[in-house]
Amino acid sequence: MSDQIQKFTVTIDGKTVQVDPGTTILNAARMIGGNVVPPAMCYYSSLKGSGGKCRTCLVEVSKGSEKDPRPMPKLVASCSTTVMDGMEVKNKSSEKVLDARKGVVEFLLINHPLDCPVCDQAGECHLQDLAFEHGVGQSRYEFERRTFDKVDLGEYIKLHMTRCILCYRCVYTANQLTDNREHGVLKRGDAAEISTFIEKNLHNDFIGNVIDVCPVGALTDKTFRFRSRVWYTKPMDASCSCDKCSGNAVLWMIGDEIARVTARKDQYGEVKEFICNDCRFNKKEKSQWNIEGPRKISRHSVISANHYEREIPKHTVLLNKA
Amino acid sequence: MARKLLLNNVHIEGIHTYDVYRKNGGYSAVEKALKTMSPDDIVEEVKKSGLRGRGGAGFPTGMKWSFLAKPEGVPRHLLCNADESEPGTFKDRYLMEKIPHLLIEGMILSSFALGANQSYIYIRGEYMFVLRIVEKAIAEAYANGWLGKNILGTGYDLDLSITPGAGAYICGEETALIESLEGKRGNPRMKPPFPAIQGLWQRPTVVNNVETIAAVVPIVNDGGDEYAKIGIGRSTGTKLISASGNVNKPGVYEIELGLSVEEFIYSDQYLGGMKNGKRLKACIPGGSSVPILPHYLVCKTANGEDRLMSYESLADGGFQSGSMLGSGGFIVYDEEQCIVRNTWNFARFYHHESCGQCSPCREGTGWMEKVLHRLEEGHGTLADIDLLWDIQRKIEGNTICPLGDAAAWPVAAAIRHFREEFEWHVNEPKESQIRNYGLVAEKSFQTENA
Amino acid sequence: MENNQRIELPQHLLDEVQRVISLFPEGKQKSALLRVLHIAQAHFGWLSVDVMDYVARLLHIQPIEVYEVATFYSMYDTQQVGKVKLEVCRTGPCMIEGAENIVNYIEKKLGIKDGETTADGMFTLKTVECLGACGYAPMLQAGEKFHEHLTEEKVDALIEAYRSNPVANYMGENQNG
Repeated sequence: MSDQIQKFTVTIDGKTVQVDPGTTILNAARMIGGNVVPPAMCYYSSLKGSGGKCRTCLVEVSKGSEKDPRPMPKLVASCSTTVMDGMEVKNKSSEKVLDARKGVVEFLLINHPLDCPVCDQAGECHLQDLAFEHGVGQSRYEFERRTFDKVDLGEYIKLHMTRCILCYRCVYTANQLTDNREHGVLKRGDAAEISTFIEKNLHNDFIGNVIDVCPVGALTDKTFRFRSRVWYTKPMDASCSCDKCSGNAVLWMIGDEIARVTARKDQYGEVKEFICNDCRFNKKEKSQWNIEGPRKISRHSVISANHYEREIPKHTVLLNKA
Repeated sequence: MARKLLLNNVHIEGIHTYDVYRKNGGYSAVEKALKTMSPDDIVEEVKKSGLRGRGGAGFPTGMKWSFLAKPEGVPRHLLCNADESEPGTFKDRYLMEKIPHLLIEGMILSSFALGANQSYIYIRGEYMFVLRIVEKAIAEAYANGWLGKNILGTGYDLDLSITPGAGAYICGEETALIESLEGKRGNPRMKPPFPAIQGLWQRPTVVNNVETIAAVVPIVNDGGDEYAKIGIGRSTGTKLISASGNVNKPGVYEIELGLSVEEFIYSDQYLGGMKNGKRLKACIPGGSSVPILPHYLVCKTANGEDRLMSYESLADGGFQSGSMLGSGGFIVYDEEQCIVRNTWNFARFYHHESCGQCSPCREGTGWMEKVLHRLEEGHGTLADIDLLWDIQRKIEGNTICPLGDAAAWPVAAAIRHFREEFEWHVNEPKESQIRNYGLVAEKSFQTENA
Repeated sequence: MENNQRIELPQHLLDEVQRVISLFPEGKQKSALLRVLHIAQAHFGWLSVDVMDYVARLLHIQPIEVYEVATFYSMYDTQQVGKVKLEVCRTGPCMIEGAENIVNYIEKKLGIKDGETTADGMFTLKTVECLGACGYAPMLQAGEKFHEHLTEEKVDALIEAYRSNPVANYMGENQNG
């Protein structure tokens, strides 16, 4: 009987939870919620094979299991390490973890352009959040930063490789959501880049999802580019009848206009129902959608700064229309 | 006279050909094993031999083999790691070039022991000329019934082939090797699952170094106990050492583990001493990624004991005052060499070879290279030395695969032992461009050992 | 696209491709990719997009899978190179035995810098990382051949030899056979 499956007990930063065998430390932490959840820049639960790369979710396993209580010698990636019964994990309560994470944030930032003021992702950027929480105020990197030319991946998607942290999520998305992957990671080391190699347009009804899975502003929606800061928009849950996807989306409104359409993301920025390009890029009329109501956004998010229940100042709309 | 188990016949004219190899006792281990031993018997002999992985990590081979999952109906594979790319290491190339049938014989024995029927040798692409030698030898082995269906009428089938990489140090990491063998980029995989459970094509897989597999031949011929009699303590058997740098006779040597480092460097049987009568400045005993030792810690440990060519003795003192046997890439530096330049050179290597998958290695290796270059060129500051220390510290242990550690350790060890030389580059930037620093002062390690 | 028509390996190399594919189980033909790219590069001189697309068709895989691999491994040239590629090892043990002098000498002799090709399209000079000849340093690789214990005189001689017989990049076909 399924409810008789033995559960594993795992303790993270002193908080205990019972989980199914095979659960990763990260997902166990997410079941507890709150402060014990490590940040994750590359892991994406619905993308098979994702995770392990960014190293922001490193945690300390101070007790391996009830059977073998020895601590693990190195920090482990919580997104790809499964729990053992009786395991004890330290996230924020470990100096070692905080120090390593500070290092990872610094590594991710040394070649990042830090162009948040002109980046569409600002306000919903996971790297921005991560740097705010774990980074230091100053950079110790004194060399020229790596740069790439901006590339159009077709009509709707802009690739700004300079901002990319090589999480590989967009590659997994193309692999798992589309039939013919046309972009990938080319070259290697710190020269590695997301590219089609031959500057071709990405075609596929679901390729727009690479924008949603991108944790930074490397892949952005050209139909929304520079239209508005995200915190000046008003996110509304909406749905439409679509023969390709669920049609469940979020409309990001400026006044009465649909400025942008995205899939619905959970509190960890993950999409559970991917949407098709048609819903994302082409349905920009309110009449095409059934608006369900305001989207719940964490009050800690900068998106809530201009809370949607308040009137949006008129001049903002005008400025962005100009 | 020291015993040789792998290279004892290497001087024989034509030993790379099947006929000569066979005439000199070649393939007798396969006859013995397939006719008189069970696969588990071979695993048992390998366990008894105490053989440890010769690629660098030194993990007990028999134990590694015993981890191999054997689910019903799923093929399993043995892969030979011939991706030899660790700077300072060229022993596997020598073995394959000179006596390719020894590797093939070892592959047959090891594949039989593991129940593998399709095995591959993954060789670095730059060794294409070696690939052709081995490929020819494999064809000879097929032609003489040592490979293929029903070998020696025992019902055991084995297909063996050799396949090239194309220029990527990272493919020496076993999961990157597997990815590469699947025709992909050499990005190491997250572990677990380990290759023993899910390796090549998601099937149970063992990856062993060339020399490790070759050593199975004498182990089967003479028995694991005989093999274990050679060497010292847990460092059993013989080891191929690739020697390079400022010595009189660089090259590949087969030594009995436990030989003293002093004898290895200075005796005429081995390296014949320092070239041009210069003084020894430093030594990297196990390939570029292991810690460099300053002159006073090469032949003696910090406790004043003789340093031996063994896993334990070379590691004596931990990273404070020891190093590692690693792959046996033994690089010797004389007093004319600049440690800052050498460290920068290796940092450049690791930067070049990082796969770019995980952030500490992708970003950190390039950063270290740039800071080291600045120091080497005389434009560095004292703060740069601390910065380097901090960068390597934040890479080490935090990456997907050991390349991060391999990049961090040489930098850490260079700063640990040669800090005064780094500081001299900062304080005497002009002079550091025209002459070398010479030997560093001896330090005591008493407090660290306490 | 018209270009694609002209991209085709001769029969004996297609046979070799088939042999390499047959070394792997059914459906695992992608494992042959690295070797097939070596064969293609040796034959066509470098890996143009058309050549890589052709390899993708030979192995029934997506072109992006070929681009990803071809740009990862340092031996593949996705830009045109000279007929003879002189790849000088510059890593530690070669450096302390004078690799930098060898590079400088070749640069001066051929009038090109690291990474450049001579105007006549004959030689490309490239510095590379450890090639596993540390005990025989300094060294360079040309095609499949290792030239070890290099001196300026040896460099002179091998450049002359390659100038009159530039087979160095033709792996497998003209060498070691």
